[in-house]
Amino acid sequence: MFLINCPYCGERDQQEFKAGGEAHIERPKQPTELSDDEWAEYLFMRKNIKGVQFERWNHAHGCRKWFNMVRDTSNDEIKAIYKMGEKPPTQ
Amino acid sequence: MTKNLRVKSSEYIDETNRISFKFNGKTYHGFKGDTLASALLANDVHLVGRSFKYHRPRGIMTSGSEEPNAIVQINPGTNRTEPNVRATEVEIYDGLEASSQNCWPSVEFDIGGINNILSPFFPAGFYYKTFMWPASFWKKYEFFIRHSAGLGKSPTSSDPDIYDHRNVHCDVLVVGAGISGIMAAKNAAKNNFKTLLVEEKNELGGSTIYENNEFNKIDNKAPSEWLKKEIEELKNIKNLEIKTRTSVAAYHQYNYLLARENLTDHLEAKDKTNKIRQRLLKIRAKKVILATGALERPLIFNNNDRPGIMLSSAVKKYSEFYGVACGSKNVFFTNNDSAYESALSLYNKGINVEALIDIREQSESKIVKKVKEAGIKVYWSHTIVDTVGYKRLNSISIMKLSNDGTSVTGSKISISCDCLGVAGGWTPAVHLYTQSGSKLKFDEEKKVFVPNQNTSEQISVGSCDGDFKIDEIIKNLNHKLKDALNIKETNLDNIKVEIDQENSKRNIWLLPSDKPIGKTKPFVDYQNDATAKDIKLALREGFRSIEHVKRYTTTGMGTDQGKLGNMHALGIIADTAGVKMGELGTTTFRPPYTPLTFGTIVGRNVGKFFDIFRRTPMNDWHVENKAEFENVGQWKRAWYYPINGETMHEAVQRESKAARESAGILDASTLGKIDIQGSDASEFLNRVYTNAWSKLAIGKCRYGLMLNEDGMVYDDGVTTRLGENHYIMTTTTGGAANVLGKLEDYLQTEWPELDVYLTSVTDHYATASLCGPNSKKILKKIIPDLDLSDENFPHMSFKESKIGNVQCRIMRISFTGEHSYEINVQASYGKDLWEKCIEAGKEFNITPYGTETMHLLRAEKGFIIIGQDTDGTMTPIDLQMDWIVSKKKYDFIGKRSLYRSDTMREDRKQLVGLLTDDPNIVLEEGAQIVSELNQSPVEMLGHVTSSYFSPNLKKSIALAVVRGGKDMMGKKLFVPMENKNINVTVANPVFYDEKNERLNA
Repeated sequence: MFLINCPYCGERDQQEFKAGGEAHIERPKQPTELSDDEWAEYLFMRKNIKGVQFERWNHAHGCRKWFNMVRDTSNDEIKAIYKMGEKPPTQ
Repeated sequence: MTKNLRVKSSEYIDETNRISFKFNGKTYHGFKGDTLASALLANDVHLVGRSFKYHRPRGIMTSGSEEPNAIVQINPGTNRTEPNVRATEVEIYDGLEASSQNCWPSVEFDIGGINNILSPFFPAGFYYKTFMWPASFWKKYEFFIRHSAGLGKSPTSSDPDIYDHRNVHCDVLVVGAGISGIMAAKNAAKNNFKTLLVEEKNELGGSTIYENNEFNKIDNKAPSEWLKKEIEELKNIKNLEIKTRTSVAAYHQYNYLLARENLTDHLEAKDKTNKIRQRLLKIRAKKVILATGALERPLIFNNNDRPGIMLSSAVKKYSEFYGVACGSKNVFFTNNDSAYESALSLYNKGINVEALIDIREQSESKIVKKVKEAGIKVYWSHTIVDTVGYKRLNSISIMKLSNDGTSVTGSKISISCDCLGVAGGWTPAVHLYTQSGSKLKFDEEKKVFVPNQNTSEQISVGSCDGDFKIDEIIKNLNHKLKDALNIKETNLDNIKVEIDQENSKRNIWLLPSDKPIGKTKPFVDYQNDATAKDIKLALREGFRSIEHVKRYTTTGMGTDQGKLGNMHALGIIADTAGVKMGELGTTTFRPPYTPLTFGTIVGRNVGKFFDIFRRTPMNDWHVENKAEFENVGQWKRAWYYPINGETMHEAVQRESKAARESAGILDASTLGKIDIQGSDASEFLNRVYTNAWSKLAIGKCRYGLMLNEDGMVYDDGVTTRLGENHYIMTTTTGGAANVLGKLEDYLQTEWPELDVYLTSVTDHYATASLCGPNSKKILKKIIPDLDLSDENFPHMSFKESKIGNVQCRIMRISFTGEHSYEINVQASYGKDLWEKCIEAGKEFNITPYGTETMHLLRAEKGFIIIGQDTDGTMTPIDLQMDWIVSKKKYDFIGKRSLYRSDTMREDRKQLVGLLTDDPNIVLEEGAQIVSELNQSPVEMLGHVTSSYFSPNLKKSIALAVVRGGKDMMGKKLFVPMENKNINVTVANPVFYDEKNERLNA
């Protein structure tokens, strides 16, 4: 059970949160211009990395805010947490 | 007449407090402070159970939670009975009853013992190999296998006890109150860390508290004396909480630990009532100090499982701590010095020690010399090759061990004995450490796995970190504490430690016998009867992974999780396969460390607290009027209102007719309601619904369909424009929370530029839905001032009004196809509103109806229910709802997906109506639909999603999804059922009032 440092509320138990999959996949601005393949790439394809992964999380049973998390999926170490719209940490 | 083996008194046993208890129906006596195991041993009872597979007689082996054999049923036949309890952990109290498990008719004479004689026919993998053929026989085999599987009996009546959960937060959690744990907790607390010390036993001090090696000294005192003083001082330390009888079951990531606190298990029945029996502590610790100690290993030799064969350390604890001699003719068998401490402990108490068998060539430590001086015979370089005694050990045979330790030589010597203490060295208890995700390494010299890579803020101290000597423990503990807690000094800085032990140890995982291995029974896992022979067989059959060998042989898979034998299993595998221990890794230790009761796991979430439920403000009225309820998500919704013993069908037929003929009323409070405000609210709705919203006038309502990005229908509902920048959206009852979550997601992450605010107001409003041709007259009676003419208040519009002084929002919208109104008031006025409607509707025979009638009425109109007629694979086009999908809008959620090649296929499953050729046959929801009956295999075209007998149409109607159904209007299809084929015809899904004339009736 993770201890997640919500950027708005502080440290809270994992059970207050909902995982939202891979981060930084932007919804295409002009979906109608895309081919089936390009749209499918956005819609279905996810990396599911073993190792350091950028993810979206939602403080569903708290402030309801979405934020980003950098997590090593192999040992569940949370390396960074940052707000939506903020630049992902490089290291 | 049983022997009394109580020896010189112990300060931990209160001999003035005599306790009587029953074991297998016979009454015995013990003293306050005894465990069931120590009390039985004092009465010379060793045989306490039968093993799982061979039903071999088994005795008490250990003195702690690692016990594999002495597994008993506590208080059998009562509502407090508990199976698989370790006798070594049960504190006795007056009236305690316990019985042996896995034996019939009794532990003394067990029919299953035949398995022992047949054991050559039960090798590893016996079940997998034997019950494969013929495959069709499995059902027959299963009956017998199930019958003989399992240990103990579960209670048959409900548990009378109370269980509890508690969240605990601390700076430092110390697990285990041996010498290391106590000193760690003391120093942490003294340095202002909020500290919690937990100990599974009822006494603090671990094994040091009865340490008797006269050559070990701390500050010139016996370690036990020194530690007692330290424990005494704990009482006065602030910041320190101590919990005994508390066992940590699980150590999860981020220092989240679960511990079970036992509060009443040691009390007499009369003192258990109305108290919390066990409490689950959910601990979040900033730092964790593991001081879980070490478990003594047995030695693996032929017939090493007989009652009377115990761990050497257990023999010592029973004598020193409980004042019990485990036998009158004791022998020890060892590969290191610790058995000499046990032997001397017995000798000093006047208990007879016959001999020591040591597989080493020699040892020079002082304690060994002392044993020799005591005149106890030591057989160096000898091993036990066999033991004799079915229900109790009566002799052992020993032979000289060869230099390489793989065979025996010379002649056999037989030694008569009734108790054998076995000492195979110590294994650090690293179970919790590895549960946390941390990694071990194998220490070649000590032949143990020790902590290596910590993954969280944790340290392991004392013998669980591989330090077995007191001087090592104190020295390492001191610098580990300073590092972990970032403190400069501790009270360990100036401690003077003298020790004797020599660390020599000769490790042989499997000891040889004069017989070939095939003819021996060297048990590795006592509880599951896995022998070294089984492990070797698994390797011969090609198993290599330790995890596979474990499952194939069942080694380590009992309720004790193989705490004693796992290391030997690994060692035997390594030796046989010719690899190093470190390369093999170890099996995964999984929580719980010791078994948890279901009560502890569920805590207070039983009975009516089992799950959360939500009730509407009108709930009391529904209850008073005898409604039946159905669960919709967490809501309890009125399902139907039977009168005069009506069946559900009868009630629903009556309610449905009444709603169309005169007036009906439905509690619609559970529908999700989201208040949407902001200057971009219209634009936002444009993006989340498939239809256009910008031109919706203030005061008007519109039905909307919401898709997922994959184009599949997700939710639906009516949204009303309350003001220029203010809407109220309704969602399905079950979808409310998810819809809000999804909308928030898009607002926060994709469209943060939109000025929109979402608030859930589901619980803030109560909604009564008034429907039927007389609904207008009823509403007129309640609000005489409101102009209800079609010109002023047409279908799909909204009015704000007042009922008396109560503000209300009224939408003229309809889910039944009838003229109807949804009246919303503040939740607290909900019941009042409902009663007013009922009162005003009396003259029109207003009929309350529940969800079932609602479903029927909407099915007559062909209105879909999300989740019933859709299943996450239906697009609006599949639902034949093309009319609601805007062609003009540039984008909305899911739009692009409606033009994917797959979603544009003509042969997708599409929603259609179905009419049975016989109007009295009602189809089963979920029934499959086919077009050919004589095909093999028959092609399934789809299934029935909704089906009812319509009292208004006087025939059966159904909705279904059928492949290519859109173009099948009028086509004959079949619904094959168990004993008949039902002929159906594809029809328009709108069965009733196709022209919507009744909306304005």
